Amino acid sequence: MVKSKSSRIGDYIVAFICVLLIVACLLPMLNLLARSLSSPDAIIRNEVLLWPKGLNLEAYRFVLSDSKYRWSLIWTAILTVIATTVSMIMTILCAYPLTYDKLKGRRLINTFIILTMYFNAGTIPMYLLLKDLHMLNKPIVLIIPNCLSVFNMIIMRSYFYTIPESLRESAEIDGAGPIRVLTSIYLPLSKPVLATLTLFYAVGRWNGFSDALMYMNNNRKYYPIQLLLYNIIKSITSIEITTQEGFTNPGLTETVQAATVMIATVPILLVYPWLQKYFISGATLGAIKD
Amino acid sequence: MSISAYASRPVSSRYRKAINYLRQYWTLYLMLIPPIAFFAIFRYIPMTYIQIAFKKYSIVKNVWELPWANNYGFEYFIKAFSNRDFLFALRNTVMLNVLDLVVGFPAPIILALLLNELPFKRFKRFTQTVAYMPHFLSWIIIAGMATQLLAPTSGLINIVIKRLGLDPIPFLNDPNYWVWTYVFLGIWQSIGWNTIIYLAALTSINPELYEAAAIDGAGRFRQIWHITLPGLRPTIVTLLILSLGRILSSEFDRPYALGNHLVNNVSNVIATFVYTNGIRGLQFSLTTAVGLFQSVVCVIFLVIADILAKKFGERGIW
Repeated sequence: MVKSKSSRIGDYIVAFICVLLIVACLLPMLNLLARSLSSPDAIIRNEVLLWPKGLNLEAYRFVLSDSKYRWSLIWTAILTVIATTVSMIMTILCAYPLTYDKLKGRRLINTFIILTMYFNAGTIPMYLLLKDLHMLNKPIVLIIPNCLSVFNMIIMRSYFYTIPESLRESAEIDGAGPIRVLTSIYLPLSKPVLATLTLFYAVGRWNGFSDALMYMNNNRKYYPIQLLLYNIIKSITSIEITTQEGFTNPGLTETVQAATVMIATVPILLVYPWLQKYFISGATLGAIKD
Repeated sequence: MSISAYASRPVSSRYRKAINYLRQYWTLYLMLIPPIAFFAIFRYIPMTYIQIAFKKYSIVKNVWELPWANNYGFEYFIKAFSNRDFLFALRNTVMLNVLDLVVGFPAPIILALLLNELPFKRFKRFTQTVAYMPHFLSWIIIAGMATQLLAPTSGLINIVIKRLGLDPIPFLNDPNYWVWTYVFLGIWQSIGWNTIIYLAALTSINPELYEAAAIDGAGRFRQIWHITLPGLRPTIVTLLILSLGRILSSEFDRPYALGNHLVNNVSNVIATFVYTNGIRGLQFSLTTAVGLFQSVVCVIFLVIADILAKKFGERGIW
């Protein structure tokens, strides 16, 4: 189809707007990257825009040599792996049985679960419960209380519904029990949704800090990286607090602040292009709510 | 068999049916035990702590043994609404949510329409990839970037503004500017991600409609107005009503990360109020009352939203 001239102009206008959008998305990161790689003098003289001036890896060396920061990065990575595994197992354990129409009590269990999406008890009741369970200030409080997301469970269950019943029935005729059907049929066929939800849970846990802030405030050793980062960013002007909050050496400069943020972002940026192809299809599964 | 024969079937046969059923499906129930236990413990039991909103909390006493508060238990609700900080938090929550809605709701729709118009496939994929990325950043990181980028003297944006001859703008330090920065950063983070749903809905619009319209001489804008937007209507209505239902809900991460003591009168929302006064300030009864108020209002709004959605002919949210 031959396009009219005004239509082609329209195309280029749209493309231009998209370029602006790309710039708006990338600009902050480029600026941050540039600042983290520049010399402190150049930053104070406001010379750093999008490109590093006075290329200088000192900030990264400083940050990575700090044992608290290093440990927090490693610990957050470990925590993310553990929490994501627990979450995925719980989600599968929840979603799979609910795909059996014949399961007695299925309606009741469904309602039981979905209700929690619409009414939640609040921050303080949760806090008091965790206090009574003696879970406060222990790392497990970052794993268990929010391990199963109803939204994600619905996505997984919707995906399981798309797998033909005939596969299950023929397996059952061959004598397979539900667990065998799960491991041999459903899971291998569900790779897209498993990848997507793993990504959702992992990113959620890596980026999460409010639960650590509320439930684990006194146990600084196990702060996730975001919480450590928050303290560092907020306390850049005060030397005493920086010594206490995150760094064993005083004297944070802006370039170091940029480097700390950059390092915490790197894992997400690394993982992102690789998993990008999965989550687009996975996210639309949630839109088609059954 | 006749009906009476069914009723008078031997009981053992019913037991046998039950046992057969269990033998087949017992593993499923076993699998459901951890999830159900999780919801029971971490979602339903906290609901029993809500009673603290009506009682005088004391650390030494068990929740069930606490004495009732004054005014038939509503003492803390009255205290909340007489508390200046809470009233500000309430106002801020609604104000920020409304701004998010008014400015932030149309944005992904417009972007989805724009992306849909792009004929350059590779460029479209690239734009989408870049646009989705901010969604994966934590608010702490975004706050870190924003603090550097929007700093009054040394931030890139203000350097450009100064070179244009204008005064630097205190994006994050002045309450009035802070509100708009807050909303804009929210759009920045979510616009790409939110287009996913609209783009998915756009692909389900019949292409023949576009061809027919083109034959009838409809230009691009008319096509969008008469075909694309009506095609998106179900998605838009459902999401809009859901957003309206959430008008009183309060996210914690964004205002907490972006806020500072200079803008406290606008950055304090219900979630941060509960955190500051409850977990830090130990005023458990007061903040539980606040939380309960918020949850109840949210449920009411969601029910209204559901009824409205159904009235518009769309599926509800239950």
